[in-house]
Amino acid sequence: MSTQKDRLSLIIPNFKESPCVDKVGVEERVARFQTRSIKAEAKAQGLRMALNMIDLTTLEGKDTPRKVKQMCYKAQHLHSVCPGLPNVAAVCVYPSMVGVAKKAVGDSGVKVASVSTAFPSGQAPLSVKIMDTKFAVAEGADEIDMVISRGKFLSGEYNFVFDEIAAIKDACGKTRLKVILETGELVTLDNVRRASDIAMYGGADFIKTSTGKIQPAATMQVTYTMLQAIRDFKLKTGIQIGMKPAGGISNSKLALHNLVMVKETLGEDWLTNEWFRFGASSLANDVLMQIMKAETGVYQSTNYFSKD
Amino acid sequence: MERLKVLKTYKVYIGGKFPRTESGRYYSPKNAKGEVLGNICFCSRKDIRNSVVAARKAFGGWSERAANNRGQILYRIAEMLEGRKAQFIEELILQGSTKVQAEKEVVLSIDRLIYYAGWCDKYTQVLGSVNPVASSHFNFSMHVPTGVVGILADQKTSLIGLISLIAPVIAGGNTCVVLASEKLPLCAITFSEVLNSSDLPGGVLNVLTGSCSEMMKPLTTHMDVNAMIYSGSDKSIVKELKESSALNLKRILHYDLDWMKADSQDLYKLSDFQEVKTTWHPIENIGGASSSY
Repeated sequence: MSTQKDRLSLIIPNFKESPCVDKVGVEERVARFQTRSIKAEAKAQGLRMALNMIDLTTLEGKDTPRKVKQMCYKAQHLHSVCPGLPNVAAVCVYPSMVGVAKKAVGDSGVKVASVSTAFPSGQAPLSVKIMDTKFAVAEGADEIDMVISRGKFLSGEYNFVFDEIAAIKDACGKTRLKVILETGELVTLDNVRRASDIAMYGGADFIKTSTGKIQPAATMQVTYTMLQAIRDFKLKTGIQIGMKPAGGISNSKLALHNLVMVKETLGEDWLTNEWFRFGASSLANDVLMQIMKAETGVYQSTNYFSKD
Repeated sequence: MERLKVLKTYKVYIGGKFPRTESGRYYSPKNAKGEVLGNICFCSRKDIRNSVVAARKAFGGWSERAANNRGQILYRIAEMLEGRKAQFIEELILQGSTKVQAEKEVVLSIDRLIYYAGWCDKYTQVLGSVNPVASSHFNFSMHVPTGVVGILADQKTSLIGLISLIAPVIAGGNTCVVLASEKLPLCAITFSEVLNSSDLPGGVLNVLTGSCSEMMKPLTTHMDVNAMIYSGSDKSIVKELKESSALNLKRILHYDLDWMKADSQDLYKLSDFQEVKTTWHPIENIGGASSSY
């Protein structure tokens, strides 16, 4: 894994010259990923892998400590009827709930991710964002999910966005930083590519598509563009960056298509929850239902799976 | 020059849309004279899966819809069917009925829909009850729909058997997935077209065609199906139905009736797919006739 020191020695490119994205080409390539024939055995393996990559998420104004505890319980006991299932990768909560979540997951290996920097809009002064981040880190968050300033980005102030990411990375210390681009607000794939580059040079350990509050969220086109940016960054600098599509991936089929895309774009190195995550709340149950369908041969009902 | 024939493509009805079967397969049933009825979708378990998802999605809205509105929609189906009588008669004749039989069957089907349309906003009053209890509670029972119902339609008839089974099920606020008669599938598909133009929300009724023996298993074992109906006399099917339904304790109903008879319709066909909900409502102790006020 890279350290911030490695990152500091990089020569920062001119982000105005980030590569352009061929939208038609991306769409065609993405359509191909959806036609791969996945056989039963590979599917079973893929589903377990997907399950293990999920960040169970609750980011609502109405979140209560009980709700967070319940979700953390679910993260560790996905479907007790079926022994041997992996846990999800992490739970993702607001900074105020990090303490509760951290205690609830204990030493189960499930990580606690916290959104920060005035999530979801990011419309706050830098000092507030840094405080927000430091609070979450002090509460014990293992990962920080920050949002970029889309307003600044869209008005062309790339250096502002870059500096902000670098400042938050400093505030994180050793905690891994995911940078949310909120691609639904970035309008074009060219912008997605540029924002990805800024985030990676700025200090992101992960880049993440969306907050989940804006539609469209993690479309395959957007994810593919970001994966390409990650690949180019790795080739250029040797630093590996993780990817997290979030929002809109609600069924297993879509999750499997995403895994195929990761494998064919970046290779197997990324196929662990160290480097690839799904930000989703309803995906877990659908994956579980598919796994149970494969185990029992019988189509399942949501009635027999726990709510989040 | 002879005009080229315009043949109808028979598709299936899932979630208010007319897709082809997911499997891409078809079969060509023939009538007694050896004439091909059409190329009919030979559905697979994945079509069952999609249909059950559609039916479950539609259940909330349909079951909570005002009872009289459900009645109006059922009546509307009957109206639409009335307007397309000739097409159904033609299809029944192609499938082996005589003209007289065919006319009788279509008219009876329309009347049967109207019969159950009438029950929609009345059955809860007739079936429900206020129960005497020995405590200060107002205790009452009412009927609520069972959920998603799988229907193995009558194999011997094309239209009346189908309508006699689905009308009471949807009148009672359930949604359903129907496997049409394997050898006589035409009316089931054409009836879907009637449904599609009669305000019935998509997904309430889903119609599939193909082999009953192939699709029975995924339907009857499906954990999200709450009840099953079989119309017919095949003992092995009844046995299999009972065995697979045990998985999630589905309600199973087996009718072996002549649907052309007038007495094959009654309120109990409707109450067969209702669950009884009893409520204990605490009240002040109200004195009865014998109390000493």
